[in-house]
Amino acid sequence: MTRMILRRLLLGAVTVWLVSVIIFAGVEILPGDACTAFLEREAKGQLLANCRADLGLERPAALRYLDWAWGALQGDLGVSADGQESIASLVGSRLRNSALLAACALAVGVPMAIVQGVVAGLRCDGPLDYGISSLAIVSMTIPEFVSATVLILVFSVWLGWVPGIVVAPADYPVSAFFPGIILPVAVLTLLMVAHILRMVRASVIEVMASDYVQMALLRGVPYRRIVWKHALPNALLPAINVVALTVAWLLGGVVVVEVVFNYPGLGRMTIDAISDRDLPVVQAIALIVASAYVGVNLLADLLSLVLNPRLRTHTARRA
Amino acid sequence: MTAPDASAPVPPRGNSRARRAWLVVRAMLREPAGWFGLSLVAAHLLLAIFAPLLVPYNATAMDAGAILGEPSMAHPLGTDHLGRDILTRTMLGGREALIVTGIGTPAALVWGGLLGIFTGLVGGRFDEVLMRIVDAFLSLPWILKLLVLVVTFGTTNAVLIPTLAFFFGIPVIRVARAATHEVVARDFIQAARARGHGRASIMMRELLPNVTGPLMVEGAMRWSWMLLAFSSLSFLGFGATPPTPDWGLMISDGRLYMTVALWGVLGPMVALASLIIGINLVADALAIVMRVDHSRRDEI
Repeated sequence: MTRMILRRLLLGAVTVWLVSVIIFAGVEILPGDACTAFLEREAKGQLLANCRADLGLERPAALRYLDWAWGALQGDLGVSADGQESIASLVGSRLRNSALLAACALAVGVPMAIVQGVVAGLRCDGPLDYGISSLAIVSMTIPEFVSATVLILVFSVWLGWVPGIVVAPADYPVSAFFPGIILPVAVLTLLMVAHILRMVRASVIEVMASDYVQMALLRGVPYRRIVWKHALPNALLPAINVVALTVAWLLGGVVVVEVVFNYPGLGRMTIDAISDRDLPVVQAIALIVASAYVGVNLLADLLSLVLNPRLRTHTARRA
Repeated sequence: MTAPDASAPVPPRGNSRARRAWLVVRAMLREPAGWFGLSLVAAHLLLAIFAPLLVPYNATAMDAGAILGEPSMAHPLGTDHLGRDILTRTMLGGREALIVTGIGTPAALVWGGLLGIFTGLVGGRFDEVLMRIVDAFLSLPWILKLLVLVVTFGTTNAVLIPTLAFFFGIPVIRVARAATHEVVARDFIQAARARGHGRASIMMRELLPNVTGPLMVEGAMRWSWMLLAFSSLSFLGFGATPPTPDWGLMISDGRLYMTVALWGVLGPMVALASLIIGINLVADALAIVMRVDHSRRDEI
């Protein structure tokens, strides 16, 4: 057990290290650097040389990578390309806002998804299941910018219940983002509920069809007791990993939703940084989001390991 | 649960490739999701092919006299902020996305699939290292990976197609590898080895036919996600270039005027959503017919 946990931790660390190499190498290979982005048209001759000397860009790439990685390990992500602002302080409030959005969406979505998934799974192939599953396909596949536009149109423009965009700047207190956060949370909830419920449904169907549940049914164990005591604890274990993937996706990938609702999170910062070719900020965001992705998945794996005794043997180890 | 379920679909078998494909399609048409999805996708493909012959107007022709015009006999879906006919642009708006994803998806499937089968077959150190690299790529947000390349090299199809094909091929490696692991220990692979077949022969003649099911389901899912990614890029201003008619772009433009001209976003939204739903239904039906469990797949 301890060996398996250590192995997972090591694999996670290797992945994060590889990510940092990919990010750094990617930015190295692409044409242009922080100085050409900052100086734009004037990026030539002495001016460019001076700027490169200032930022230490003429040193070998390997040295700069070590510098960058060592700094990042200590929480120092460098300064943005346009000058003096430390990236750590720029990213801090954005990260908090993205976490707030993710937390709200999870708090609303996960219970909804599990209840619907279990109901659909228990009533497999019944009318209720068809209803839930069809709605899930629709809400899962409709692009975020389409569902966001529809929600803004209905709840903001026509009914006037909630604001259609968030106007508060990034560093305002959390309370400033309500009630503007309601619609973005709704859009994200639509997407994630569908993903999680489909998985929970499949898992419930599988467990209910398994030999031990059939045996319990034949022995005359009351249905409720079978569902609550025998089936659900096993059926819901795989949900941990799907929820983890959802958390990782919420922290890093909700660029479109943040742009549509003008929400000042990491996603909008990503797109601004890429448009401005602010490479140090792009690198920092990529590293943070990728680490969060690896960390959350690691946590989910460890949690399933603790909760599921069957995974503790070496033969059941997942590659 | 031990009694064989007579109504459960059986993976189709046949002699020729064309016959097998036809049997798969016929089995899919028996699923409600299958015929609905296939008809949606087929309708979209036909429309995309024949739209240039059918459209009533020139897609880029502006009409200063008909800016944000309401739906009328002359313009059934109204006109946009430049006076262009929205019906025309909606009918043509999927062509760019279908061309890009129509080339990008098979490309992603081929390179990711072959590499996945290869690494599943050889295993060992190569497999360990490759899977860590795949993990690392998957942990980066998709939009960041795409945008960095697209912003640097431009939003032409010559950049978009290889970029999408590359990044969407990476998760395919995992799927192909897992599917290969299911069959690689079976007797017929051992037999092929004993007969002295090389790796290439085992990959192409023994493994590939046995992983086509999962790969086809994965391909349908990748197609829908690539379409979503392309449309999102267009919506954000990094995909199709104006004045090309494209649904993502049209929704992005129309959103600004939607309080006064709702019709500007309705057409492209219905078109885009119906195509993506159609592809997902096809993927679901394909998974049932080919007996692939894809409910636990992860997101990009």
